[in-house]
Amino acid sequence: MSRLLRIDTSKQTYSFDPMGAYEGLGGRALSSRLVSREVPPTCHPLGAKNKLVLATGMVTGRPAGSSGRLSVGAKSPLTGGIKESNVGGSFAQRLARLDLMGVVLEGKPEAGSAPVTIIIGKNDVTFEDASDLRYLGTYETVKRLMAKHGEKASVLCVGPAGDTCRQNASIQVADPNGRPARAAGRGGMGAVMGSKGVKAVVIVESGSSPAIADKDAFKAAAKRWVEIIKGHPVTAEALPNLGTAVLVNILNEAGGLPTKNFRSGRFDNAGDISGEKIAELIKARGGEVKEGCHAGCIIQCSQAFHDKEGKYLTSGFEYETVWGFGSNILVKDIDDIAMLDRLCDDLGLDTIETANAMAMAMEAGLVAWGDGKGAIELLKSVYDPKSPMGRIIGGGTNYVAQAYGIDRVPVVKNQAMPAYDPRAVKGVGITYATTPMGADHTAGYSVAQNILGVGGNVNPLTKDGQVELSKALQIATAAIDASGFCLFVAFAVLDTPDGVECMSNMIQAAYGKPFTADDFINLGKSILKDEFAFNAAAGFTAAHDQLPEFMSETLPPHNVTWDFTTEEMQAVKAV
Amino acid sequence: MPITVNCFATLAQYSPPGGQMDIAPGMTTGKLVDLLGIPRDGVKILFVNGLRVDLDAPLKDGDRVGMFPAVAGG
Repeated sequence: MSRLLRIDTSKQTYSFDPMGAYEGLGGRALSSRLVSREVPPTCHPLGAKNKLVLATGMVTGRPAGSSGRLSVGAKSPLTGGIKESNVGGSFAQRLARLDLMGVVLEGKPEAGSAPVTIIIGKNDVTFEDASDLRYLGTYETVKRLMAKHGEKASVLCVGPAGDTCRQNASIQVADPNGRPARAAGRGGMGAVMGSKGVKAVVIVESGSSPAIADKDAFKAAAKRWVEIIKGHPVTAEALPNLGTAVLVNILNEAGGLPTKNFRSGRFDNAGDISGEKIAELIKARGGEVKEGCHAGCIIQCSQAFHDKEGKYLTSGFEYETVWGFGSNILVKDIDDIAMLDRLCDDLGLDTIETANAMAMAMEAGLVAWGDGKGAIELLKSVYDPKSPMGRIIGGGTNYVAQAYGIDRVPVVKNQAMPAYDPRAVKGVGITYATTPMGADHTAGYSVAQNILGVGGNVNPLTKDGQVELSKALQIATAAIDASGFCLFVAFAVLDTPDGVECMSNMIQAAYGKPFTADDFINLGKSILKDEFAFNAAAGFTAAHDQLPEFMSETLPPHNVTWDFTTEEMQAVKAV
Repeated sequence: MPITVNCFATLAQYSPPGGQMDIAPGMTTGKLVDLLGIPRDGVKILFVNGLRVDLDAPLKDGDRVGMFPAVAGG
């Protein structure tokens, strides 16, 4: 039977509870439902009333390809709204193998308490003093915890940024190689974990595969699933061979690659930071061109990037990060960008938010535009808990902008914009403006239809059809985030008539209850309703659904502006 | 007439030297794909001056052409 593990961090007590009102929910459906029902929308995100939910997907842990995702939810200290940050790594599957749909961290220890590592066993929880791990980077933290608890231990943890509750702190999840390169990055979930005095959560028990009600039906659907994913050129070839940074060149050609803090849609040195270039370097230096972030991934978009000496430096080196520390701040040296990625993972910081914070530091003249080495040195200040500069950088984009009086601030609901200029990719601009998450591309990835010709075609430069597109994608994405499947399956699913049906069939077979493609879409809608309702109760209105003021400036090369009013976009929220 | 042509990802091998080409006036994007020896169904996304076009778009002096196979990420 599926269970929910509740941990009171103030008393260091726990209980393994039946799912109760949350029966049948997983992933984002569970995290957003629980937060919307149990967390007061106006509470302080770092206070005792906030709850941090680690929720495994509905089919996670079962033999269904690319289904190992974890949904991390809470009220966000960055946006002040509800947050769901979705992440790979081994942790979600290991939770599922203990029949746990979720772990809820509640309460808050007294000020001055020692941080703890929480060890989850099959039917028990232990709390270890983590004083020796405080302010330690995530790589060393995971190394020490695995040395102590064994090679099979699955770990998620915060770095120095989370230890000190900085509002851009991530939670880093170890991959099958024990590398904490997978981030629940967005929205400061690491600060919430840090506020509860938790340095790391470790699963030692390997458990067993969760129940499947109809094994034959599951097997048949899972087989069709492999055909769908392996039969699409994006999921079968482009992502495994060139990684996500394959997008650098195409966004640059389309004139939508944000450059120098969203001043242009083209970067002269795009080729130097492209997925093609990265793959070439990885091969030459003996790294891994393709890797799964969790066992059983049938896409394998991750990689292991080695430095000039051929030593492992980082993985999960994604397009967003490459853009953020690349064209966004005019850095063309891919080794500098890779080091900035490694530092973010080790410090426990979201790369998108940190890269935009760095752009603010460059606007302020703290570091020169294009100075990768200077950016590296500035970022290292986050390691020092006593460094005021480190505190400012770790606070995120708007925090830096406010400290230095910068008004060109690329945020929506205080969260930084990702790697697609919304003036030249208008569909994703609708998503940035309207998703309950703050600026977030994954919440409704209209880039697929605007630029990539996946799932149809919608002109990126005009307003026609963008609101409807973003709405449909936000609904489908919420459901995928609940299922436990990686969002990248959507590239194949959108182009396959029975794609949603196949995912629904796996859910139906796992739980032994009818679950149709319509149910899948309705699940997505119910999640968005929970999230919109939470934000409304937290004080968000239509006025918050807008892009920053400077988006009215023209963007070369297409000389386009952002021309949607908040009223025009409200239809997205009528789910 | 001179144009700039860049082929990306798995099509990179078809890029002309230095990305520069001289073509007959009025040539279409489809004919250009043929001229470069790329199977037509291998080109998923075609840009001319940053705008998506099909294989029947006529090319002009100084155009910037970008060709891609199916790619995605995010």
